[in-house]
Amino acid sequence: MARRFVEINRTTTLGTLALGVVVCLTLGTLLVVALRAELGAAPDSGATLGLIPRDWAAIRFTLWQAALSALFSVLLAIPVARALARRRFKGRGVLITLLGVPFILPVIVAIFGLISVFGRKGLVSQGLMALGFEPISIYGYHGVILAHVFFNLPLATRLILQGWLSIPAERFRLAASLGMGSRDIARTLERPMLREVIPGAFLVIFLICLSSFAVALALGGGPRATTVELAIYEAFRFDFDLGRAAKLALVQFAMGAAAATIALRVAIPQDTGTGLDRAVTRWDSTPMQRGLDVISISFAALFLVLPLSMILMNGVPGLASLPGDVWWAALRSISVALGSAALTLALALPIAAYAVRRGSRLIEGVGYLTIAASPLVIGTGLFIVIFPFMRPSDLALPVTALVNAAMSLPFALRIIAPAMAQVERNYGPLADGLGLVGVTRLRLIWLPRLRRQIGFSLGLAAALSMGDLGVIAMFANPEIATLPLQLYRLMSAYRMADAAAAAVLLLGLSLLLFWIFDRGGRADADT
Amino acid sequence: MLTLENTRIDLGDFQLAANFGIPKDARIAVLGPSGAGKSTLLAAIAGFQPMAQGQVLWQGDAMPPTPAARPISMVFQDNNLFPHLTVTQNVGLGLRPDLKLSPDEKTRVEQALARVGLTGMGDRKPAQLSGGQIARVALARVLLRDRPLLLLDEPFGALGPALKAEMLALVAELLDETGATLLMVSHDPQDAREICDQVVLVAEGTAQAPVATGEIFANPPVVLREYLGG
Repeated sequence: MARRFVEINRTTTLGTLALGVVVCLTLGTLLVVALRAELGAAPDSGATLGLIPRDWAAIRFTLWQAALSALFSVLLAIPVARALARRRFKGRGVLITLLGVPFILPVIVAIFGLISVFGRKGLVSQGLMALGFEPISIYGYHGVILAHVFFNLPLATRLILQGWLSIPAERFRLAASLGMGSRDIARTLERPMLREVIPGAFLVIFLICLSSFAVALALGGGPRATTVELAIYEAFRFDFDLGRAAKLALVQFAMGAAAATIALRVAIPQDTGTGLDRAVTRWDSTPMQRGLDVISISFAALFLVLPLSMILMNGVPGLASLPGDVWWAALRSISVALGSAALTLALALPIAAYAVRRGSRLIEGVGYLTIAASPLVIGTGLFIVIFPFMRPSDLALPVTALVNAAMSLPFALRIIAPAMAQVERNYGPLADGLGLVGVTRLRLIWLPRLRRQIGFSLGLAAALSMGDLGVIAMFANPEIATLPLQLYRLMSAYRMADAAAAAVLLLGLSLLLFWIFDRGGRADADT
Repeated sequence: MLTLENTRIDLGDFQLAANFGIPKDARIAVLGPSGAGKSTLLAAIAGFQPMAQGQVLWQGDAMPPTPAARPISMVFQDNNLFPHLTVTQNVGLGLRPDLKLSPDEKTRVEQALARVGLTGMGDRKPAQLSGGQIARVALARVLLRDRPLLLLDEPFGALGPALKAEMLALVAELLDETGATLLMVSHDPQDAREICDQVVLVAEGTAQAPVATGEIFANPPVVLREYLGG
């Protein structure tokens, strides 16, 4: 590969600066938290390793629910992915697109939808009561796991479907010409693929559920369903025990880092989002198989569509009569989302450029640090830093935007870095030869060539930030709320009609922001 | 005068050494088997390929490290045009890398396009051009860059024989007008015969000093004979 001499300085400076921000946000906040935990270490009665029994329960629950959520998501995803891989039907494309929606769906909105299906007054309970049974409750550990499966079953399905479609069509033809039945195909083709894909899919979901906060906040709580993230929040908000929050933050980081380290050793499947639009022709179809596939697909579709439609049905009528503070919250959320999207790009572009210039996986790897970090840990650290100087609630919105940007950074890097490497491979020498450096290179080459990737990254970052209910819950005071927090407050106050309308608004705004940016990246992108 | 002074390029187990000078106004064909290092030699001269040893001199002075600062225009095998920029913009880059062209500079771009036979095509994007037209755009930019050294890394390899002959003729004309020195990598000995007066043979880890074209084909060394196949 040609080594470039130009522009090393600017790329290095900006890249190092962006990496510095990431390291400060992750390791820096961790250090602050650790120092604080040390200072605040008061000898508690009945404490082990400085943690009280309540904290150990939170750790156990966090690991247990993450494992179960990942297990159920993956197990249920296998038949769905298999059905999608071998069936062509009307609406297949729509369903696959729909499987991508939970990723940018605000957690609190999804919870609202799940409550209207699985809650005490939800569809399922009403059906049960009509038949003379007891209604079910969604609150507790099973609700937490249900919500996690709702979010991650689609992800698992997409990852496993990708595995299925990566088996060359010729293999299935060969199998057919050799007279293999379904069981032979499963043994020779499908199970080896699953053995490769499933550990990675399981780990990704485990990692996601490990830092679950909003779900546990809304559906969990109490001694039996509190995650470590929720415990950090409670130690902070209710006990104002910074030392304990700090200790829990260390535990959270250790768990995340351990899981991420294991994940590094396992081949992690990637949701490339492309090439899922075809099905493999098979010759081993039996009526029983077909029935199974119909059931799997219907189950997945209902599980996804029902909560979403309930949100729309309940919420749309109340949109017009939403109270003013909800609209203000929406405005605040939009500005946080836009700021966060801009920050994400301001971090991702220099890091990607630096990594591509140096051909360094390590530089890119530092950008992924925030995968192991948790928003609440970063939040705790920032709170400790800000607290002596000013009221943290005054900085609630900028801090939220910054932390959201840090959390979106790994996704943006994953999208932008490979594309930038490609652009540099193709046009780097030409650009160097013509002296296109610095801002000129950004303006004339990177921005136009990476439009799609930048648009997609901005859309993701904006949508993720729009729906985020994490740090803001920690920092906000009663007057300042973002839309997700406002929605949570409405739900807590049982103002269900307003909550439903706010949920529709939040859902609409998140999807709209994503759509606008993604669309903007694609529009007349003539290559 | 371009001088390769005891230069050596190390790429793992591949090495290429060169130690010779090329007089100003020369038109050199760089010939040799594929994988011998013809493109690597050009990349080193252009500043894209770091050297393990020696240096490249122009008029007796060491070349600056940045490719853009060297007295060189280079046309690559492909990716010579940015697909998202218009023909005018692609050519304009030869005058100003930031594309902030003055009216006078815009006129010069138009003149350059007219010179290579692309009058009125300025607003097109590369995707709307044929292979021959793309090569012409690249040459129009070379014209505006107006550097004393022109490096061509097989830019017409994908064109048909007639079109290629046409492009070579155009290159020869432009060289006559600008007085630039040419180094052209080619697979085809015919290219060398058509517009080059000297040949640099790259084979077995060495780029040899230039030899007059007529002479080398009349009495080809073994490697060249094997390469020519008969």
